[in-house]
Amino acid sequence: MKISFAHIGYATMAMERLLQDLGHEVIPPLQPTANTFSLGAVHSPEFACIPFKILMGTYLEAMERGADALLSAGGRGPCRAGYYGEIHQRILRELGHEPRLFFFWPPYQVPLDTLKKLNGLRGKTSWLQMVRYIKKAWKMMIALDDLEILSHRIRPLETETGATSKAFRQALGYIRQARTLEEIEEASIAGIERLHQVPQDPNREVLRVGIVGEIYVQIEPAANFFLEEMMGEMGVECHRSIFMTNYVRHDVFSRHGDLSARELAQPYLPLNIGGHGQNSIGDVVRFAAKSFDGVIQLAPFTCIPEIVAKSMMPHLSQELDIPILTFFIDEQTARGGVETRLEAFVDMIWQKRALRNAGSRSVFDRAKIPGDRGLAPVSSR
Amino acid sequence: MEKVYLGVDVGSVSTGMVLLNEHLEVLAELYLRTQGQPIRVVQEGLKALEKRIRGMPLKICGVGTTGSARTLTGVLLGADTIKNEITCHGLAATHVVSGVQTVLEIGGQDSKMILLRDGIVVDFAMNTVCAAGTGSFLDHQAARLNVPIEEFGELALQSQNPVRIAGRCSVFAESDMIHKQQVGTSMPDIIAGLCEALVRNYLNNVGKGKEIRPNVVFQGGVAANAGIKAAFEKALEMPVTVPGYYGVMGGIGAAMLARAAVESSGETRFKGFEVSEMAYQASSFECRDCPNCCEVVNLTVKEEVLARWGGRCGKWADLREVGLGTRF
Repeated sequence: MKISFAHIGYATMAMERLLQDLGHEVIPPLQPTANTFSLGAVHSPEFACIPFKILMGTYLEAMERGADALLSAGGRGPCRAGYYGEIHQRILRELGHEPRLFFFWPPYQVPLDTLKKLNGLRGKTSWLQMVRYIKKAWKMMIALDDLEILSHRIRPLETETGATSKAFRQALGYIRQARTLEEIEEASIAGIERLHQVPQDPNREVLRVGIVGEIYVQIEPAANFFLEEMMGEMGVECHRSIFMTNYVRHDVFSRHGDLSARELAQPYLPLNIGGHGQNSIGDVVRFAAKSFDGVIQLAPFTCIPEIVAKSMMPHLSQELDIPILTFFIDEQTARGGVETRLEAFVDMIWQKRALRNAGSRSVFDRAKIPGDRGLAPVSSR
Repeated sequence: MEKVYLGVDVGSVSTGMVLLNEHLEVLAELYLRTQGQPIRVVQEGLKALEKRIRGMPLKICGVGTTGSARTLTGVLLGADTIKNEITCHGLAATHVVSGVQTVLEIGGQDSKMILLRDGIVVDFAMNTVCAAGTGSFLDHQAARLNVPIEEFGELALQSQNPVRIAGRCSVFAESDMIHKQQVGTSMPDIIAGLCEALVRNYLNNVGKGKEIRPNVVFQGGVAANAGIKAAFEKALEMPVTVPGYYGVMGGIGAAMLARAAVESSGETRFKGFEVSEMAYQASSFECRDCPNCCEVVNLTVKEEVLARWGGRCGKWADLREVGLGTRF
């Protein structure tokens, strides 16, 4: 079985390890590119959202590269992500592909179906061994998330632009090579050390921005113009609300989702409106409570849960006194527009912070605010 | 020698160039059409500016660039600051109109709203997925109706009964307009209807949920259109100010930031008016070495690469440090 699956951020690597451990030939999914976007858009319903189109493109690219089986997971709750698997399958079939499909649904909803599919994936591996492999992949996922989180903290402090991203890529390489649990542990420590070696200015003042929104466009950097890298290099520490590990904890093995975010959203949006709409609201409240400088909402164009959440943002922004910027993401691949808005947003929250700190710092003093490296264009870095 | 600061705003449709003196007063302004050739328009503008100030005891002590071609222009001129147009527009508005709390800005390809409180930008929005209601759409409609764009606004003001036109999308708007025109509606009524539709779309799309407080400033190329200004006043029920330099506000902001940047750096990186004589060539290629497929831009003179940018990994940026002393 030559199996492939959806590319979703750096967690992709953990999935690859698991499937290899189970003895399958893995066609590792490629990070989505402009080509993936186009391929997916051509073969998707026009009104489908961008995650759907990217996944479609990724699957088709995998089929071209010889895959004969696909693995994916469907969402839960009232959002069209729940139909993704079904529609993807039909489109693939219309195009003459008949891959073996392992589309998983939340295990508590369909326990038998989940077991059946796991059994299909298991091959000759014993159940016990499979559980061990899954545990190992889970450890790997945690290591990957830890590294990514650390890179978000270090990047705004780096003294040489791009050094953190370089170190991060090297650290990812360590994890990729790790095969056993011990090796993963070791690679994780080595990766963390590697990131700490990045020359930093620990005294630099940085901004803290929270990221909320739909899961795919949050986790997959290729879908959000590598927002966290761009922001990091502008001197902003990004705190993303969704990582693969917390998603698995909250939404795969529980029927409730991220309870804390849902609770925080109660006064504003007491209903689960599907997708991560309610989380977006709750996470804004959380970031505001932690005195963040701003929040960025990432939403696929036409995503209903995020549209509902967005309509509440002006009110939240005012009541909680936190600037919020929304990006609707579609097929555009030009970074220019995103960069312009991000830069303006960063300028704005610097001014807000300066005002809070000093009482009255005019925009002219901005060049002197530590941590601001806004004079060189981001795109030239 | 009097110190002056050059601000250059190279947008998709038009380019604005401004010279400010030490007191941030406008000494000279230029408004040109970009016509898809940012390098050429900047060089031509520079020549025109040079001609205008020739013989005057002025010295350019700082350069700021903004607009969608700000990086390219910044490299070309040796800018001291390269800043996004939202910050520049907000800054210029606070400088030119006192007590401004809302800036409506409509340019060639984008429209934005900037909210200011006590001279500080507190919120902004920029059209994301749709260019309906921006200058290029108006240009297109004016050409289709065979009305010079300069007369568009005046015609709108003649209307007694503006018709209703769908403003949500320029495609819908156009088909609506053709429909009305074919049933015999007068030109001024159609044009006024279009102005109202665009304003409705702008307020609904860009201004969604934003608290618009006076003083309201309307700037950007479209501010020349008296019909749109009138439609804004009608919809907002408050007076709207169009500053004298509405077309070059981005440039004013960039020049103001240039002064601040040079104040802290001490010296300008401006390469001088010779820039207008050089045969620059910008080219780009897609790097295929990794899945990012970055679009890398080269700026060359006589086959020699002066600057290169756009790559994410840093591999292609090695040339930043060379050529004409540009440091980016």
